[in-house]
Amino acid sequence: MQSIISSYNYWIYILLMMIGLYAMLAKNNLVKKVIGMSIFQTAIIVFYVSTGAKEHATIPIIAHGHGAVEAAVDVAHYANPLPHVLMLTAIVVSVGTLGVALAICLGIHRRYNSLEEDEIQEQL
Amino acid sequence: MSFVKQAPVLLVIIPLLSALLVNILGLVNRRYCLPVAILGILGSFAASVVTLIRVIENGAISYRLGGWPPPFGIEYVIDHLNGLVLVTVSFVSLLAVIFSKESVKQEVPEKIPQFYTLFILLVTGLLGMTVTGDAFNLYVLLEISALTGYALIAMGDNRALVASFNYVILGTIGASFYLLGVGHLYIMTGSLNMADLLTILPGLYSLNAVFIALLLILVGIWIKMAFFPLHGWLPNAYTYAPSAAGCLVAPLVTKVSVYIMIRIMLSVFSPLYVYSIIGLSETIVWMSVIAIISGSILALAQTDFKKMLTYLIVAEVGYMVGGAWLASAAGLTGAILHIVNDALMTLCLFLFAGIVIYKKGGHQLQDLAGLYKKMPVTMAAFTVGALSMIGVPPTAGFFSKWYLILGAIDAGKYHFMAALLVSSLINAILFFKVIEIAYFEPKVDHHGGETEKVIIDEAPLTMLVPLIIVALSLIVIGLYSGDIITNIIQHSVPAGLL
Repeated sequence: MQSIISSYNYWIYILLMMIGLYAMLAKNNLVKKVIGMSIFQTAIIVFYVSTGAKEHATIPIIAHGHGAVEAAVDVAHYANPLPHVLMLTAIVVSVGTLGVALAICLGIHRRYNSLEEDEIQEQL
Repeated sequence: MSFVKQAPVLLVIIPLLSALLVNILGLVNRRYCLPVAILGILGSFAASVVTLIRVIENGAISYRLGGWPPPFGIEYVIDHLNGLVLVTVSFVSLLAVIFSKESVKQEVPEKIPQFYTLFILLVTGLLGMTVTGDAFNLYVLLEISALTGYALIAMGDNRALVASFNYVILGTIGASFYLLGVGHLYIMTGSLNMADLLTILPGLYSLNAVFIALLLILVGIWIKMAFFPLHGWLPNAYTYAPSAAGCLVAPLVTKVSVYIMIRIMLSVFSPLYVYSIIGLSETIVWMSVIAIISGSILALAQTDFKKMLTYLIVAEVGYMVGGAWLASAAGLTGAILHIVNDALMTLCLFLFAGIVIYKKGGHQLQDLAGLYKKMPVTMAAFTVGALSMIGVPPTAGFFSKWYLILGAIDAGKYHFMAALLVSSLINAILFFKVIEIAYFEPKVDHHGGETEKVIIDEAPLTMLVPLIIVALSLIVIGLYSGDIITNIIQHSVPAGLL
């Protein structure tokens, strides 16, 4: 129980990921699959961002000028910015994926006049 | 020479900028698209050849992007392994882009600028994945090549859209698993640089999180390379893609993923960890045995020529994954050599399929009937590709299969050897069936060979020349495979392996 509470961020990301995976694999509607895909990617963003977070953390900016070592922030006190920056890139990638997936959905709808997977399979 | 010095980064930047240029020039006049695309890929081919020569002469090169030192900045690392893959990727895409001229005009006439933009961006992504020494940078480039791949495949005929949609869903799961694995590694080590990870990780080998990271990365890459139980997206996506796109995607995407698996195994984790400590070799070799057998049997069941080829890719991926996990030097050598050979063989067969589609409008086995008389040169090149696929010496396919079998014997994994032999046998049955169909006319109702006029009807030169070059290169690489192994591949096989 203690381990669940102390690392609740991981449990949340796993829950989100499973919701997304379920929607991607089990839903019949293509747009719902795309939404599931988006939730799945967001889960991983939550995972990364939560690893960089820390209670009462400061921003990693050297406060008073160059060279002044004693004025620089202590490593133990600031939130690690790298996972957050990585996730900016990952968000761009997931927006790109979402765009391509929705464009393909649009094409499918134009051609088959439906977004339900079983109805499309019948027409193939 | 500044070109030589900057070549590691130029081989990615030249195609990236020419993708932009193609897009802009396409608005002015779509005739500019193809020459710019060819020049862009030619530039990166030159840069990769120069880089490979430099690596052979002086050893591995590290290129710091923006001058930032490695653990903080992004680093491009070129050693013997990815130098070879770079040359293969740029060579294959050069031939594919020349081939695409007529085929694109016929299949996607209204989207030529978009097609070439995506085409070059896909090449950029693949080259970047190969050249990078940073685990997160690899994810971004993996997604660049995947996204452009989805869009290229969706340009195909009727069923391509649905196939591409399934590819988007599965490909995204794969890339996300990879990202998750890299996240685990980052939490444990605080680094994303591959060389840095290799030095930090040994102290953490006993931790479960490191093992889970490896598993997540492996499953992610296996989805991307269509390793057997995860291959569901591949056959339809590659069959219904436009044939010019198929010629680029089918030979390269799976092979670059195999390269990344080997890179992760050897340069992020160590051979000691992947072969000895975690003890997964046995399981993965069995999985690849299943992949080889099922891919071959599924290929046997197809009546569609292009779909048959896609199932053969699934079987070939089994060869390479199995070879890499045999934990023997010969097996790893075979797997690396097979990356090169299989890229060329698959290119040869897909170029042939593209020519058949261009001439006959279909890719069923029956469309091949009587082609030996009508297109003798095309069929000769196809025969070389087919023989290489079966593994007949002196074609390239024989040598990599030979090393894989040697590796299986060294490692005592006789089931893998048996799978290779069965698959060669099935390939022989398959391709002799194809050759038989193509050799005889559909209906032979009278003997009139002499009086009947045989019209030679070859494909246009832009399609024929790449096919001939790749068929010749299969023989040349077969003959020089000893030199390739001693000068290049030998250096990328870790010394500790038997």
